[in-house]
Amino acid sequence: MNQSFENIKQYIEQFEAFEKTLNGESKTPFHEIRRGAIEQFSKLGFPTAKDEEWRFTNIQPIIKTKFKTHFNKKIEAVRKEQIEKVIIKGIAETRLVFINGYYSDEYSINNITNKDIKVGCLSETLQNNFKLIRDNIAHISKYDKNVFTSLNTSFIHDGAFIFVPDDTTIEEPIYIVYISSEDQTPFITHPRNLIIVGQHSKVSVVEHFVHLSDNIYFNNAVTEIAAGENSIIEHTKLQSESAKAYHIGTTYIHQSKGSKVTQNSIMIGGAIVRNNIISILEDEGIECTLNGLSLATGQQLIDNHTTIDHSKPHCASHELYKAILDGKSKGVFNGKIYVRKDAQKTDAKQTNKTLLLSDEAAMDTKPQLEIFADDVKCTHGAAIGYIDADALFYLRSRGISEEIARDLLTYAFADDIIEKLCCEQIREYLHRILHSRLKQGRELEKL
Amino acid sequence: MLEIKNLYAAINGNEILKGINLKVNAGELHAIMGPNGSGKSTLAHVLAGRDTYDVTEGELIYNGKNLLEMQPEERAREGIFLAFQYPVEIPGVSNTYFLKAALNSIRKHRGLEEFDAVEFLLHMKQKMKLVEIDQDLLNRPVNEGFSGGEKKRNEIFQMAVLEPKLAILDETDSGLDIDALRIVADGVNKLKRPDNATIVVTHYQRLLNYIVPDFVHVLADGQIVKSGGKELAQELEVRGYDWVR
Repeated sequence: MNQSFENIKQYIEQFEAFEKTLNGESKTPFHEIRRGAIEQFSKLGFPTAKDEEWRFTNIQPIIKTKFKTHFNKKIEAVRKEQIEKVIIKGIAETRLVFINGYYSDEYSINNITNKDIKVGCLSETLQNNFKLIRDNIAHISKYDKNVFTSLNTSFIHDGAFIFVPDDTTIEEPIYIVYISSEDQTPFITHPRNLIIVGQHSKVSVVEHFVHLSDNIYFNNAVTEIAAGENSIIEHTKLQSESAKAYHIGTTYIHQSKGSKVTQNSIMIGGAIVRNNIISILEDEGIECTLNGLSLATGQQLIDNHTTIDHSKPHCASHELYKAILDGKSKGVFNGKIYVRKDAQKTDAKQTNKTLLLSDEAAMDTKPQLEIFADDVKCTHGAAIGYIDADALFYLRSRGISEEIARDLLTYAFADDIIEKLCCEQIREYLHRILHSRLKQGRELEKL
Repeated sequence: MLEIKNLYAAINGNEILKGINLKVNAGELHAIMGPNGSGKSTLAHVLAGRDTYDVTEGELIYNGKNLLEMQPEERAREGIFLAFQYPVEIPGVSNTYFLKAALNSIRKHRGLEEFDAVEFLLHMKQKMKLVEIDQDLLNRPVNEGFSGGEKKRNEIFQMAVLEPKLAILDETDSGLDIDALRIVADGVNKLKRPDNATIVVTHYQRLLNYIVPDFVHVLADGQIVKSGGKELAQELEVRGYDWVR
């Protein structure tokens, strides 16, 4: 108890300091959401290895680290060239840039002309469209007893805010970049994103987490997505944190009738990473697609936890998560699928595949299906293995060297997910990353 | 071109090849026939360098070089080609991409200039006609979702593109209908040249109606028990394998 109190104490003190920076805002009803959250946070405390949800993921290094927070909105000096280096170019005309959790007006670009579409930062929207935020934020997430979400909610101050009205299609993706600065003292940020998409609307959002140096920091991110009736959404989370960084993030997706949401989770950075996806399918005729690709090496630990909750009939969910683990890295996959009593004619398919590139890499995978309806089609499968010996011999027997053959097969394994991404620039970006990670990547690139 | 001397090979400690002796010269076509389990496929895989088989004794001399010291890819670059009985499906790797990588690694080894995209395409187009293969098939991932016939045709197509010196066809006729068999055989015949050699491994005589061998060898229990001309295959068809055991 004392031990865990010590661990949460720093955050409670930070909260008190944070409140002081809010001035008048701390008297508003909105701040009650934060207060409720910090209360829940201190009640929940941090999980231990005994906690079923965290059995395979040791987060002690995160809990024990003392992180500072950047309360003053004065953004650390980050040069334009530094930003140009880490962002993906040409994705979109509209991009939101956050530095250490704060919106950077200087580096963000908004080229959306339709005045009814709101794309901007939460901090500003809190000032001028407070009701829209209050009515939507922490609605999807509040039922989740996740201590990190509570912590994030306690510190809500900034993040992306996207509101797409009914019957609106945004052709180009909206690109959100979270840049962690070179600050050498370990720091924590709590980006909070809210995406509201109206009926019959269509949008694609890319969240990209990048770093400027190989330092220790902790990104505790939460995104909430409300998908209106018959809306079509593609949400891609591309996590490329520093090799020493911690990233814990949850994406909550609430789907209304007839909506189609595709969530892609690409996890390539971070020392300890936990990526939670929670999809609530609350009406009929919904399609939910979850794609995941994790690339880990060294001592990295990448944990993906997904939940798909089918509560009404005639919904489909398709989930494919892949991981490529090298070095002494570790992967975790936990896929929950709930099919509630009313959710007849559910069609749910879950697949988890892991390619181990070294003897010391390890994967824990756990499909978890809880089905309470009787007329459903639910399948799941998990496979963990090394490079296929038959395929390797086949390629070699045609004159391709063993090293290139291995890389070719590894590349193809990952490309299965990359090819599913709609945005060409992201596919190219990931191809470049793959090439740079493979031993014979330069040779492969020539082909 | 190839000399197999007293070759013994085992898998997981089980001896399969028990002293094979065979000489193949350039321009020759050899058929190796034999009942199931006689070691035909093992011999084909040992020649290509599959490491699941342990060569326990004997020698493999190919153009004066010791094959047993060479990795599978080195053998391929030196001109050895194995057409698989069960071609492997490789999702995510397109046929074209794969073949370009293979051909260029072979060309590089032989001191030839590597083909660029255009040169490779022209080379492919030329070979496509030879084995009547669709462009569509080549754009797809290697063998993925191919029918049995398409897979075998793809093997012969690869053989045409890579232009081996010694081609080993492992049960290429198995699972083929008569039309596919004819196309595959036509391809093999068209690729035959005075400076290359072919070993056809088969259980049935029917492939040999289309591909006429210079020599026929009968393999039984890991040894060549009989050798002869093309008439030996016909005799086998009539009298069965029991005749030679």
